[in-house]
Amino acid sequence: MSDTTGSAPTDADILKIARLSRLSLPASQVGTVRTQLSSILGHIAKLQALPTEGVEPMAHPMKIVNRLASDEPGACMPVEEFLKNAPAVEGRYLAVPKVLGEGGGA
Amino acid sequence: MSATAPAAVRPIAEICAEVRQGHLSARTRVEGFLAAIAAKDGEIHAFNEVHADAALKRADAIDAAVKAGFNPGPLAGAVIAVKDNIVMREGKTTCSSKMLANYRSPFNATVIDRLSMAGAIFIGKTNLDEFAMGSSTENSAFGPTRNPWDTSRVPGGSSGGSAAAVAARFCDAALGSDTGGSIRQPAALCGCVGLKPTYGRVSRHGLVAFGSSLDQIGPFTHSVGDAALIYDAIAGRDDHDSTTSDIACEPLAAKVREPIKGLRVGVPREYRSDANAPEVAAALEKAIASARAFGAEIVDVDLPLTDIGISTYYVIAPAEASSNLARYDGIRYGHRAKLEAGEDLEDLYSKSRAEGFGPEVQRRIMLGTYVLSSGYYDAYYKRALQARRLIKDEFDRAFAKCDVVLGPTSPMVAFPFGGKSDPLSMYLCDVYTVNTNIAGIPGISINAGFAEVGGKHLPIGIQLQAPAFAEELLLRAAAMFERAS
Repeated sequence: MSDTTGSAPTDADILKIARLSRLSLPASQVGTVRTQLSSILGHIAKLQALPTEGVEPMAHPMKIVNRLASDEPGACMPVEEFLKNAPAVEGRYLAVPKVLGEGGGA
Repeated sequence: MSATAPAAVRPIAEICAEVRQGHLSARTRVEGFLAAIAAKDGEIHAFNEVHADAALKRADAIDAAVKAGFNPGPLAGAVIAVKDNIVMREGKTTCSSKMLANYRSPFNATVIDRLSMAGAIFIGKTNLDEFAMGSSTENSAFGPTRNPWDTSRVPGGSSGGSAAAVAARFCDAALGSDTGGSIRQPAALCGCVGLKPTYGRVSRHGLVAFGSSLDQIGPFTHSVGDAALIYDAIAGRDDHDSTTSDIACEPLAAKVREPIKGLRVGVPREYRSDANAPEVAAALEKAIASARAFGAEIVDVDLPLTDIGISTYYVIAPAEASSNLARYDGIRYGHRAKLEAGEDLEDLYSKSRAEGFGPEVQRRIMLGTYVLSSGYYDAYYKRALQARRLIKDEFDRAFAKCDVVLGPTSPMVAFPFGGKSDPLSMYLCDVYTVNTNIAGIPGISINAGFAEVGGKHLPIGIQLQAPAFAEELLLRAAAMFERAS
């Protein structure tokens, strides 16, 4: 993105973030979102003043190590149960728009 | 200030003992709560969905079990409301979002199964800020919840529906979730007890994920003793949540009324801030005085990074949210947009998400995406994780000098609807609660009196925080403050 850290994002930055977020953002809202995010980022900029040299980042509050489940097959959710929440179904499958070939989007 | 709390509510333990002895019918209790909901929830809007039939059926099963000589458990007949971001097979789980407006969970959260095993009855799903993002419950896609103490004001959030349901006496207790204060702040604003347990103490299996290194489930109750009873039922290791701890989990309900001799109460000078509303500052000083009166030692401690907490939280929580909420793509479940000719799969994602998520959720997803994006990661996310370690270290130093840390839960009492329309001003409500989650320690809010505003009595909460896994200490200390108030 165009700005150096700590300065406010531009309209182009906002459009890029919206695209990365997979959120369609109408042009009419770009300005409002930019103003709001700038205000929040302005507050967050306080972090830049914090002396953090040599401080190990902490991603997680507890010393918890990954726990592995035993590799044994258990009961599975029936397909019908899973598909109850699907927005579109064809037979026993989730229906999605065409992905490959002519008219595909991927 | 004046004590205006309505007549004390009987302890859940006492009620459940009567149900177990067959002296009190679970059905009668459920009918009583359903009548209260029918009469008042049109105005309060604590519930997204009331499970009247299921609750009555369950009550009948409990009454029948008692009659047949079985013990339905320590929570026999206790009536519990559930925040609508905790999944249940019964009814819908919406997260108060258009995205999940019709979502029906194929499984129960672990906390639901555990409460059920203990004999509890679920009465319905409560309103929240969409996906638990907010401090007022105004961000619900289904309309706000009103504070039972003054319906022109917010109940706090994000678990505002659960707090209001307890305060309005629509249930014995409620479950909420707390990522940055979402149990404790609404508990303070609605005058109930709200407990956020230690990270890793209660399973989040079945809690719709928001900030996975911060989220925790906990109870809203009328008293500290009730909170201990619900906590006992839900706490402990769960194979479905690998972040739950193996550290032994002793039942607390029987011990919670035992006072602690020589309790050291730390009061950070940063919590006695000029930013506190005068009535909040007065309630804190009163709590300090009462602690001295019951024999506690008041210790000055320093938490200079209190102020940096909001900045740290509003990097970490949105970063985790932007990742967690990527699953809502309109494909497997949730809202799916209708495509126009020529639009493709990517349009389906972007349109479904823009239509399904409300403004605050979209704002946080974009904020999280921004701080994680190339060129900004080190400056925001990495730095916030470094701040996180410094905040945890600061608590460790404070807890070397004291047993619990005392302060306000919220710098203000319940505010009027629309009172915090700027997103940043809403975020600043969480100044005393976010660092608890950042450090992963437990915190509890209890009522510390009332402020008289415009002829209404608005509850004021105080918060106690304790070291990780020191729930026994936290709850026993909270019970001492409760008795003194």
